[in-house]
Amino acid sequence: MARAVSTRRKIITTAVAWAIGLVIFFPIFWTILTSFKTEAQAINNPPLFWGFDFTLENYAVVQERSDYMRFLWNSVIIAGGSTFLGILVAVPAAWSMAFVPSRRTKDILLWMLSTKMLPAVGVLYPISLIFVEFGLLDTRIGLTLVLMLINLPIIVWMLYTYFREIPIDILEAARMDGAGLRQEILYVLTPMAIPGIASTVLLNIILAWNEAFWTLNLTAASAPPLTAFIASYSSPEGLFYAKLSAASTMAIAPILILGWFSQKQLVRGLTFGAVK
Amino acid sequence: MATRHSRSAARLMMAPAVILLMGWMLVPLTMTLYFSFKRYLPMRGDSLERGLDWVGFENYVRFITSSSFWPSVQATLLIVGGVLVITVILGVLLAILLDQPFWGQGVVRILVIAPFFVMPTVSALVWKNMMMDPVNGMFAHLWRFFGTQPVSWMSDASVQSIILIVSWQWLPFATLILLTAIQSLDSEQLEAAEMDGAPVLARFWFIVLPHLGRAITIVILIQTIFLLSIFAEIFVTTGGSFGTRTLTYLIFQRVVDSQNIGLGSAGGVYAIILANIIALFLMRIVGKNLDR
Repeated sequence: MARAVSTRRKIITTAVAWAIGLVIFFPIFWTILTSFKTEAQAINNPPLFWGFDFTLENYAVVQERSDYMRFLWNSVIIAGGSTFLGILVAVPAAWSMAFVPSRRTKDILLWMLSTKMLPAVGVLYPISLIFVEFGLLDTRIGLTLVLMLINLPIIVWMLYTYFREIPIDILEAARMDGAGLRQEILYVLTPMAIPGIASTVLLNIILAWNEAFWTLNLTAASAPPLTAFIASYSSPEGLFYAKLSAASTMAIAPILILGWFSQKQLVRGLTFGAVK
Repeated sequence: MATRHSRSAARLMMAPAVILLMGWMLVPLTMTLYFSFKRYLPMRGDSLERGLDWVGFENYVRFITSSSFWPSVQATLLIVGGVLVITVILGVLLAILLDQPFWGQGVVRILVIAPFFVMPTVSALVWKNMMMDPVNGMFAHLWRFFGTQPVSWMSDASVQSIILIVSWQWLPFATLILLTAIQSLDSEQLEAAEMDGAPVLARFWFIVLPHLGRAITIVILIQTIFLLSIFAEIFVTTGGSFGTRTLTYLIFQRVVDSQNIGLGSAGGVYAIILANIIALFLMRIVGKNLDR
């Protein structure tokens, strides 16, 4: 923007923007702050913004009492595994749709998108039934599969929009030079596709990590990820502010960091390429 | 220049994704459709092995005529509508603000976007306890500071509370998309209008808003699809009481709590039809984009 902006206007904009930003961020800030307080200070009146005894005890207690690492591990396996499987299935599909499009490509893409619109609650019972039948209920592999399937349309779409930006001329040049399908993929396409695949992986890990319908409904004792672990704090006897805060902070920290790297991809991925 | 060889290879490469999604869609859908025409109460001894009674459209009729149906439709409309209005209006304003030059743009952007990355169960619990608790919540402290009686948010203003929590989660999404759209606006057009003496409001109304039209439509459609199926936010806060039982939550309760599979399945079919109507509009827009 080449427009000259007066310093006064810039100062006002800065003040307003920062005020709004801080208000929106406040619940997260407050949670992180509270996680370092003692339980008594966490519910102090008036609320303490400074001058409290900084403690890491809550983190230790959460880990010790509820075996936090186990839930974290479940989250990592489920989010990572479903993303890996999804990419494995989606890359060939998106590749062929982007480079060998047929008349039906558009219909197939739109149909894939439509499966994403299926309300989960409408198929909750059938899925549980199938899970019980195949011994998948409350297992990490079962959740991994479900999360892979619900995010597969987004992965295919995102990859498709990235692949389509790869200039087709390069592929044709490679073909003229006698490159086979395998060489084409390995030496020409892969290096150009890596950034797109990386962003897709990033966004999908975020979506899988935060998924909170199937993770709550298909797990009990052995496979719950962090979403379900946090939900167990909603019962009154489990409610301690500082510990809830510590558990929450640990659950959201990895994704907050990943998320900040993926702002741009978020727009593209969640609008199915309609807004870039 | 696709050869026949590469065509069949392409089909083969597409097959796993297509087959998986086809199975994921058709199998459970067929089962839901099947159950919706059956009397199926596992707690009362109905079982798949012994066969279920065909009841025709009874479940469909009973789902709509039950006393909790219309309140749930109302709750759904209130929550989805409320969140849409808040996120779109605030999203447009925030996007315009963040597009202005100011110090620390990058940091403020991060602060604004952060809520989107918080998992639903965490944001619901943090809001319920740390912000809205009538004794120790931040709102209660604020209310007391200004000398008024703190509000029991979750029971006295339950629907508003859910709207607030969910809006907080989705405002970043709307802002981010609208900001991306605003940044593609030709600034020369705005400058020309400014030089011709068009006031700020006129510039916003006649240039910025029309430019954002498509992005706003997309935000509304995508959010509607996600908002219709919000679950965790209600599950960990009110559990569907105090007028927050949405259509999704009602179906969930029919299936899981009262174990009336037939009735729940009929409700599920309604939800699927509703989602598909909205999806149709979204797909038309997304599809148009594919042709370019």
